Formats: sequence, structure tokens, C-alpha cells
Amino acid sequence: MTQTIIWTVAILTVLGLVLALILFWVARKFRVEEDPRIDEVEKVMPGANCGGCGFAGCRAFADAAVKATTLDNQYCPVGGDEVMQKVASILGFTVAKKAPQLAVVRCNGTCANRPRTNEYDGAQSCRVKAALYSGDTGCSYGCLGCGDCVAACQFGALSMDPETGLPVVDEEKCTACGACVKACPRHIIELRAKGPRGMREFVSCVNKDKGPVAKKACAAACIGCGLCAKTCQHGAITVTDNVAYIDFTKCKLCRECEAVCPTGAIHGVNFPKELDKDAVKKRIADRKAKAAEAAKAEAEKKEVANG
Amino acid sequence: MGKLTFSMGGVHPHDSKFASERPIEVLPLPPTVYVSMAQHLGAPAKPVVAVGDRVKVGQVLGEPGGFISAFIHSPASGTVKSIAPRKDLAGNPVMHVEIAVEGDEWDPSVDLSQDLVTAIPDDKAMILDRIKACGVVGLGGATFPTHVKLNPPPGKVAECLIINGSECEPYLTSDYRIMLERPKEIIVGAAIMQKVLGGCKCVVGIEENKPAAIATMQAAIAELGYPGITVQVLKKRYPQGGEKQLIDAVMKRQVKSGGLPIDVGAVVQNATTAFSVYEAVQKNKPLITNILTVTGDDLPAERQHNYLFRIGVPFSYIAEYAGGIPASAAKIVSGGPMMGKAMSNLDATTVKGSSSVLYLSEASTRRHPETNCIRCGKCADACPMGLEPFLLNRLYKSADLEALEKNAAQDCIECGCCLYSCPAHIPLLDHIRQAKGQVMGVIRARAAAAKAAAEAAKK
Repeated sequence: MTQTIIWTVAILTVLGLVLALILFWVARKFRVEEDPRIDEVEKVMPGANCGGCGFAGCRAFADAAVKATTLDNQYCPVGGDEVMQKVASILGFTVAKKAPQLAVVRCNGTCANRPRTNEYDGAQSCRVKAALYSGDTGCSYGCLGCGDCVAACQFGALSMDPETGLPVVDEEKCTACGACVKACPRHIIELRAKGPRGMREFVSCVNKDKGPVAKKACAAACIGCGLCAKTCQHGAITVTDNVAYIDFTKCKLCRECEAVCPTGAIHGVNFPKELDKDAVKKRIADRKAKAAEAAKAEAEKKEVANG
Repeated sequence: MGKLTFSMGGVHPHDSKFASERPIEVLPLPPTVYVSMAQHLGAPAKPVVAVGDRVKVGQVLGEPGGFISAFIHSPASGTVKSIAPRKDLAGNPVMHVEIAVEGDEWDPSVDLSQDLVTAIPDDKAMILDRIKACGVVGLGGATFPTHVKLNPPPGKVAECLIINGSECEPYLTSDYRIMLERPKEIIVGAAIMQKVLGGCKCVVGIEENKPAAIATMQAAIAELGYPGITVQVLKKRYPQGGEKQLIDAVMKRQVKSGGLPIDVGAVVQNATTAFSVYEAVQKNKPLITNILTVTGDDLPAERQHNYLFRIGVPFSYIAEYAGGIPASAAKIVSGGPMMGKAMSNLDATTVKGSSSVLYLSEASTRRHPETNCIRCGKCADACPMGLEPFLLNRLYKSADLEALEKNAAQDCIECGCCLYSCPAHIPLLDHIRQAKGQVMGVIRARAAAAKAAAEAAKK
């Protein structure tokens, strides 16, 4: 009896030692050399594996960052500048600060603004709906309201507002990963600069139809009248294909465009004070009068000099 | 020979051919017609008229915009008012030529007599040219340019021309009516195509639920005496009118994945297309008319119609002319209930392939709420292409394009049998159609890349 126990223990011990030696040898022989910095970089990444950076996940991003010679082509939208600075310090690079961005829904076709012209009864997916027809309203550019963007968001930052039928972005949760931008078949959602204290100005419409058609389909449509572009002092607004676009890198948040927009398609958000349209309009009118006077004076001067 | 049918899948929707006893009536022209420049599969046509031009019926309005494209002719005489985008029945903007109708003056080259011309021209090239110049496209639904189909690539030989008279979609009766009323023209058209294809045999496939059409077509064949044309009675089963299903039913041959009918020696043409070929070749009459059924669930018999319409007539005008939209109509469909498209815009105009204005009631069209898949396999049983819709649906949701291609999502013919048979009311077709589009995109991109690489290698 005692002998059996001794033999068993002995055999198992020897077997264990032999297998340990084999494992040790295999681990030595087939060892994969990996830059330890990959692990370090991965540790500071958000770990969401959302793919917003364009890589398969955080580790793939870290791997690429370690191999890269510069970080200019890589950006983690979720971690933002904070994470990028950490990554840069680990790898000894320097990165320029990027303005934080967030997803902006550029459609204001609420149930009130944009009456339904027919009823959609198919699969509840924007992609399917967009492939079938121009949608259940007169606007063939606006939000389809089936919530593909909500389904695409991994951060719970998007939700459908049951009252308006439009998606709403939670500014706190949005990481600007861009998943919703890709999911929207109508290309309504855009990544825009968050702006100082969240203040930003944008055209909440992508309707390319001519003014009367757009207006008929939706009360809040951009009709491409160009008033905003004419008013803008900073050259931030362009009108192409009957729809205005505000370049957020040029916009100075003066809100003049918002005041002159006849349909209310231009939205300003997070401003501390409500927009006093009349005051802004008066300011614009005064400026124009002054400019006209100056031009007149100039012309008179020229006349005097010539004549 | 007994009754034949295809070997796999299919469903039996109710017949509902309410308008089958209504003779074809001529639909008058409205004051204005809008002719779409995208009435066929392939590239849209390019307008060749200018605003202010006076046009005659049958005059060319648009030229083919590519190899797979077709001529478009004026359905009315009058003045071109505008050439501008207008919304089609799905609400998407398409280039339209607007014509203010004045009188009914035909292009002098068109033979307007009603006599049957049975002598078939000898020159094949001339026949093909006529078919192309008259803008004939397949009228079974896909509107594929007929001259392309009748001109097989070198090395491929057509063994059998199949004239599709199955009209397997419920409600539709336009092919049935034309087979009853113009059987001889159809047979001459078939004989013309037979000649172009090098004298192959020709089978007219008609489903058993149309005994009158079978008898009339048989009588017409016997009277005209062209060699090698027979009628084949088919069992009633949807989607028998699908090209690949019809080949399977008639020839017992199956077109392989990604293949074309000509690979198994078949060319399929719709019965109404054969009629249009007759008019094009024998009368030099371009394709500007087609037959359209106005029908629906709760429509009384006297309000069901079969119209001979000119292309470019707004659907709203047809609905008005036929007595207005019935109060019970919850959905208006252009085409059959299985594959047709719901109309979101009644101001859209008829095109060459328009086949119906179908009013469906709330009860027959409302979708039921989707529930979970119970793995019953009914969809796989119903699929006439031998696909597994439940699997494709799952793969689409996980966006696995590789697996979708492996499981042949690209072979889906969008017949809707899976959706029709699903007891859980899962929108299988909606998802698989998306998946098909995505896989086709991948296949096309790969083909383009391979072509570019081959060209680079040549250099």
C-alpha cells in the first residue's frame, strides 16, 4: 500500500519535471519578440475597441503606433488629446492638439416640420428603407428615423426622440468615433468641432432640392437662398447644390447667419444667451449702411480727384 | 407531355386574377406626358431633343447611354416643354422629357395598318437593328434590352427560345389578355426571334390556370405553321416566370451560380416582348405602349381594367380615368404583389415595364410584427434558388460578407417566397436584398481590380 503511494508520487513528480522542461524549451524556441511598448500603449488606450481610429481595435492601434515613425496619421477619437499625449510620451513623439469633435445630426425634419406623405411598413432599418424609396416624407435627403445610427453607437450616446422622430446626441457620451456617420445611409451625421464650451453653429439640413421643393417638403429646410453666405464676415459659409454648409474651422460663432436664416435651418447650440434676432439684424444693417456710406464717400473722393 | 414545373422551392399564392375577363381598352392620352429617360435596366438614355422642339409619335427622344441601354421614343405628338429631373415612383429624381400633347401625329416611318405581316425578313442584322432602334426591352419586369439578349456572345449557341406566358404573379392579367387578343402577333414575334437565334426550337410556357390562353396560342401556332414552335403547359407555381425557374421547368436544365441563361442554351422572352418585337420588326413601331392591369382586392368587377397605355402617362391620371382610388386601398403597387414596388408618388409616370396599378387593402398588405426565428426551415423550402434565407439573414446582421458570398446571397432573385412563407414574419427579403447588393459590390470591385491588374500586366 505504502509502496503504491510512493511510486505514484514519484512517477507524477518525474512526469511533471519532464513536461516542465519540454514546455520551457518550447517557450524558449518559439518565443515571439514583441515590442513591450505595445503593451504599454495599449494600457493607456480607452479599451473600447470601437474601431473609430480606423484600426481593428485598441491593440491594433497600439501596434501601428509603435511601428509608425510619426503619429500624425493616427488619432484615437474616443480618448482624444489626453490619450494621444500619453501615447506620444510613451513613444517619444510629439502630437499637435486636435480640437475635440462630436457627432452632429444635420436634419431638423421633425414630425411638425416635415409632414409624413406615406406610411413605411417594411423592415425597420434606414439602410433597407433608403434602398427602397425616398422615404415617408416629401424630403428625399432627410432622416429616415429607423435608428441605424442608434444601433451603431457603442457608447449609448445616441437615442431617438419619440416626439421629433430624430436621433439625439448625448454630448457627454459621444466620443466622435464616427460609427454613426458610417451607418447613416443619408449622410446626415457629421463630425464637427465641439466648439468652445460646446458652442457651435451648423446648418441642420442636407436637402439638395431647389428652394420651393425643399420648403414644400419641410418647413425647416435649407432653401439655398445664400443669405447666410452673403452675411458671413469670415468666409465660413458656402452654398453648393442648394444647401449651405458652415466650415467649423472658420466659423467665429457670431450667430449672424442664424439670425438672417429665413427658415431657421441654421442652429446655434450651447450659447449662454438666447439669440436676439432683431438686435443682430440691426447690427448687420448698421454695418451695411456704414459700408455703403464709406463706399459713397470713396466714390465722391474719386470724382473730386478726377474732376 | 405532362405539366412541368421547376424543381426547387416556390409557393402557391392565391390567384386573384380578377381582371382576366376584361378586354384590353385603349387609354386616351392626358394633356401632358412625362417620358422617363431611365425605363430599362442599365445606363439611362441621353435626351436628344431640346425644349421647344416639335415631336411626332414614335420620334426618338433619348439615345442609349451605354452598351446595356435602349432608345426611348415619344409616346405623343406635341411640343417639348421641359427636360428636367422629376420624381419616379420611388420618389427618386430621374430625368424626364415633358411633352405638351397636341393631336396624334405619327412619325411617317411607322406602319399603322392592322394587317398581320407573316413574312419574316431574311436579314438577321436588320432584324436586330430594328429591335434596337425601336427600343424594345424585356417586359416581364426586368426591362433588359432585348437586342442584347438576342445577340449571344460568340461561342454560345441558343438551343431553345422560351416565350414566357406564365404570368405567375397574382392579380396581373396583362400577358394573359394579350395572349388571348393578339396571339398571332406573339407567334410571329417568336418566329422572328427564333430566326435571329439561328432557328432554334421555341417553347411557349403557359401556366395551367390559363386554359383559354393555352388554346388560343395553340390555335395560332397551328394556323401560322411556323416550324418548331410548341406550347408547354406548366403547373401553377410562383415564381415560374423567373428566367432561371422557367428554364428549369421547360428544359430541365439549371443555370449555375453567376451564370447566364445562354450558358445552358436558353433565351427567355416575355409574351408581351414577343408582341413588341413583332411590332418593331414588321411595323417599325417603337415600344411606346404596353398593357397595364388596374385591379385590387375590393375593386368591383366593372372597375377592373386592362389598358393599352402609352409610356409617360402619370399613374394619377390612370387612377383617375379608371374611377379614382378606392377608399379601401391602403397600398398602391406597381407590378405584382410579390415583386412589385409600392408607389410613394402617384405623380410618377408609366414606363415601358409598367404592368399594373394594384390597390391592396389594409388586411392583405399590412406586415405583421416580427418575432423570433423558430428554425422551421420554411424559407429554405420555399426558396426557388436553393438558398437558406434564415442563414443569409443572420449573416447579413453580422455583416459577414465573405460568408454571404459563400452562401450565394448574390443568387437571390428577390422573388419574396421566403418572406411570404415565414411564420415569424421576419423581413428576410429586405435584409437579403441588402446583402445581395453588398456582395455584388464586392464581386464587381474584385472584377474591376482584376481587370485593372490584367491591363497593367499587359503594359
